[in-house]
Amino acid sequence: MNLKEKIIEKLLLFCALVTIFTTAGIIGVLLIQTFGFFSEVSIIDFLTDTEWTPLFSNKRFGILPLLSGTILTTLIAVAVAVPLGLTIAIYLSEYANPTFRNYVKPALEVLAAVPTVVYGFFALEFVTPLLQSIFGSGLAGFNAISPGIVMGIMILPLVSSLSEDALYAVPKNLREGSYALGSTKYQTAWKVIFPAAFSGISVSVILAISRAIGETMIVAIAAGQQPRLTFDPTVPIETMTTYIVQVSMGDVPHNSIEYRTIFAVGIMLFVITFLLNNLSFYLKKRYQEVYQ
Amino acid sequence: MAACSPKGGDQNTNSNDSNTSVVEGEVLIDGSSTVYPVTEAVAEEFNIENPKVKVTVGVSGTGGGFKKLIRKEIDVANASRPISKDEIAQLNEAKIEFIELPVAFDGLAVVVNPGNTFVDYLTVEELKMIWSPEAQGKITKWNQIRASWPDKEIHLFGAGTASGTFDYFTEAIVGKAKSSRGDYTASEDDNVLVQGVSTDPLALGFFGLEYYLQNKDILKLIPVDDKNDTNGKGAILPSEETVKNGTYQPLSRPLFIYVLKESVAKPAVKSFVQFYIDNAADLVKDVGYVSLGESNYKLLSDRLKNGKSGSAFAELESNVGIKMEDILK
Repeated sequence: MNLKEKIIEKLLLFCALVTIFTTAGIIGVLLIQTFGFFSEVSIIDFLTDTEWTPLFSNKRFGILPLLSGTILTTLIAVAVAVPLGLTIAIYLSEYANPTFRNYVKPALEVLAAVPTVVYGFFALEFVTPLLQSIFGSGLAGFNAISPGIVMGIMILPLVSSLSEDALYAVPKNLREGSYALGSTKYQTAWKVIFPAAFSGISVSVILAISRAIGETMIVAIAAGQQPRLTFDPTVPIETMTTYIVQVSMGDVPHNSIEYRTIFAVGIMLFVITFLLNNLSFYLKKRYQEVYQ
Repeated sequence: MAACSPKGGDQNTNSNDSNTSVVEGEVLIDGSSTVYPVTEAVAEEFNIENPKVKVTVGVSGTGGGFKKLIRKEIDVANASRPISKDEIAQLNEAKIEFIELPVAFDGLAVVVNPGNTFVDYLTVEELKMIWSPEAQGKITKWNQIRASWPDKEIHLFGAGTASGTFDYFTEAIVGKAKSSRGDYTASEDDNVLVQGVSTDPLALGFFGLEYYLQNKDILKLIPVDDKNDTNGKGAILPSEETVKNGTYQPLSRPLFIYVLKESVAKPAVKSFVQFYIDNAADLVKDVGYVSLGESNYKLLSDRLKNGKSGSAFAELESNVGIKMEDILK
């Protein structure tokens, strides 16, 4: 092997290592600061206290209000994106004619390209007033429902596009076998193709959930900044990501306990998305159907 | 921010350091975080015209600023309250003379959604009940504040903990700076608060009066009653007038800069302070405070020129009912 080959090989290895070191660096920083945080705040309080007021004189460090905010907006987003996304996926893969599919699929994916700050203002300035005009004034200007719905629209292409890929990849002979046994198109789609593509579909849903949990701009703009342990979607709440933004933008002194809270919240987010990604990996392996 | 040129002919008549001659040197400022935005805005504008002067503005609080002034470490102290008698005594002891210049009024507005028809006024006691730390998680409905108000949730919006507005509001209402409940929408960004209150029928919020004036149409201003009839009977609505004459209490106060008299001899400090007075009227509004009015800034200019030393405000029992003109003359 000549020198040139060796240099190129080392260069490629270096590129691969950069990503690993970046990840390790992020985890390292998170862990060091979180360690500092938990040397002052008990982890039991962090996980069980129902109030989150670290910036005030009466400091409470319960993550639950932020967690409930994140879970609430994510659930709303999933409730919008999954049924809609799966219906679209099945329609495009099983019913639509190929020309239509070739136009609509990229068009749907454009939704994923809209900057999230635009979605945020769309939620705040359009969806919330619209919901207020329909359901009356019980809905606060900052609330969970409107950014939740908009976040659902944002993750919709993730669900529909990846699920459609999975459905489309199911071998033709399964469809034909189903038709040969006298199934209708509807029965074939839901009872044969859908289960066959389940691993791909579940991965798409979990990726969409991870995306919704980590989404920052939409909820920071439209959901409010008030940590509140509630599942009422009509009142202002605060998600974990919004809190991190709020503190990063404020004048909190470095290395104070207030500053470290953002790392504690950050690692919580990291743990959740890490677990979800592993779950999707497991589901993929567990339910993957292998066809020759 | 728009570049403000010095007002009229003042600049040319009052000193020999007109725009044509280049002023060099350093101006050291420290003190209140509330006054900081005004001084910083003035410093920025000043630097456009006088790029050779280095203006440094620190934020160590009003008390910290006075301490540094007493040690002659700075030329100008920013202060969100008048100098105390104790601080004056220390300055006298060190034989330091100073010039007191009120530069703006700080007023806070208490607001609700325009769709809120039941709140006609609030007393300081009621505000204290709402915002004190003990209220956290307990005072959550309007009818807990006044029984005749509806049995509906109250959604609170207020300044974030890093802002001077938060310190001032908690001190004036709860009685101790930084002492507040934590379960409300707290933001350093006043636009978030305006947005929140204007779109939420159950909202109650507070922020700088100037932000209310900029968003009059989408907010409802609430008069505040401090139950003290000597400074105006009943509930008083904040306005430029009630803030200026001190009847809107306790949520309005004058803001000051204190200049070391011997520093005024330095051309850099002198031209900076003069620039401050000449441009304060516009700049204080930009940062959300109430201006003293053109005529009062003219009086300040005289004060600086005569080098009038000492404090007129320290002698006052309170800021209530003050007439700025009378004090400045």
